[in-house]
Amino acid sequence: MAAVAETAVDQAALFDFLLRMGDNCLILGHRVSEWCGHGPVLEEDIALANVALDLIGQTQLWLGLAGTIEGRGRDADALAYRRDAQGFRNLLLTEIPNGDFGHTLMRQFLFDAWHLPMLKALEGSSDPRLAEIAAKAVREVAYHLERSGDLVIRLGDGTEESHRRMQTALEALWPYTGEMFMDDAGDARLAGVAPLPSSLRDAWQATLSEVLSEATLQQPADGYMHRGGKRGVHSEHLGFILAEMQFLQRAYPDATW
Amino acid sequence: MTGRPDIAQIWDWLSAVPDPEIPVISLTDLGIIRQVGWQDDTLVVTVTPTYSGCPATTVINLDIETALRARGIEKLRLERQLSPPWTTDWISAEGREKLRAYGIAPPIDGTAADGVVMGRAARLAGGANLVVACPHCGSSATEKISQFGSTPCKASYRCTDCLEPFDYFKCI
Repeated sequence: MAAVAETAVDQAALFDFLLRMGDNCLILGHRVSEWCGHGPVLEEDIALANVALDLIGQTQLWLGLAGTIEGRGRDADALAYRRDAQGFRNLLLTEIPNGDFGHTLMRQFLFDAWHLPMLKALEGSSDPRLAEIAAKAVREVAYHLERSGDLVIRLGDGTEESHRRMQTALEALWPYTGEMFMDDAGDARLAGVAPLPSSLRDAWQATLSEVLSEATLQQPADGYMHRGGKRGVHSEHLGFILAEMQFLQRAYPDATW
Repeated sequence: MTGRPDIAQIWDWLSAVPDPEIPVISLTDLGIIRQVGWQDDTLVVTVTPTYSGCPATTVINLDIETALRARGIEKLRLERQLSPPWTTDWISAEGREKLRAYGIAPPIDGTAADGVVMGRAARLAGGANLVVACPHCGSSATEKISQFGSTPCKASYRCTDCLEPFDYFKCI
């Protein structure tokens, strides 16, 4: 039975999809971890570190499975530390620099509002390996969304200065949101295994509408949308992240604690 | 060692292994040991992670191994099981009391986050706020300081009666 199911699913497309899931978590987790020791208050510093920790934990699950599917002996660490930028499949949104605290939270909210319905859909995947990772991660991500949504509301509907910063962040990040919902040939080959990205837009929009209205923020009009991360074409920012993240394993291959 | 210790005996040994981050409760109180069984002469212990990024996972595995080896188990294999995902509902009644006595408010079942916006909006407006009783004085006049506390599994609260801060073991 399992063998039949494996051959029926395009393994290259599945590997790519798992890299997308894992790389989103890895790169955003790394970005968020940059706040460690720099948060505006201790509680926020700890909360950001915890969100980063959840995302890195989820990375291990997604990239671990990706390595198994690929079958070339690469584990999660090999995939994280020994791929070059064009091998990464994360959304451009996740590699955008942190900016100020409001910018970081807005990026997190826009991502969480997509991540949650993606994981909910994956809980029903025809591949039980994906379904069990999603079932694990969805509980953590529900907290991420509650927190980022709460803070977008508090800062958006806060002082004049915090409102201005949140609106500015929303407008700056908006051109990076379209990529989350663009279907490509790889997505189309995974029917039943993973949802079509375009099918997640309604749930995302529903969350945005409610939170942004509470936050007294204006959703920007859709204009040009950046794309490329999902197929390995990245902004200049990713190289800097990798330079820092991969340095140790590149300089001292196979180094362990 | 002569013969294999029976499974009940092994559960008993495991119930004495403390959680590395909250040492007042044991791994069995926490509900993360899913299965214990013999496969021929190898003991297989199946463990489920609490949070996927929980840094204690490696230490937990090491502690299990150390405890069982000290009891003379030579052939041992630890397996990770993700599904069904761990939930705070699996923390034993005894474990909850130990948490409270230690100063950590135990999880209130059925209050896990679901990412639903209306619940959030209601809470922000002051309604339907989750009541977490203070583990020190028992007062229900408490407020959340941060959704994430000293570890991923806890939120920070404070009591407005006795003024003590405390951790709340949040539901997942």
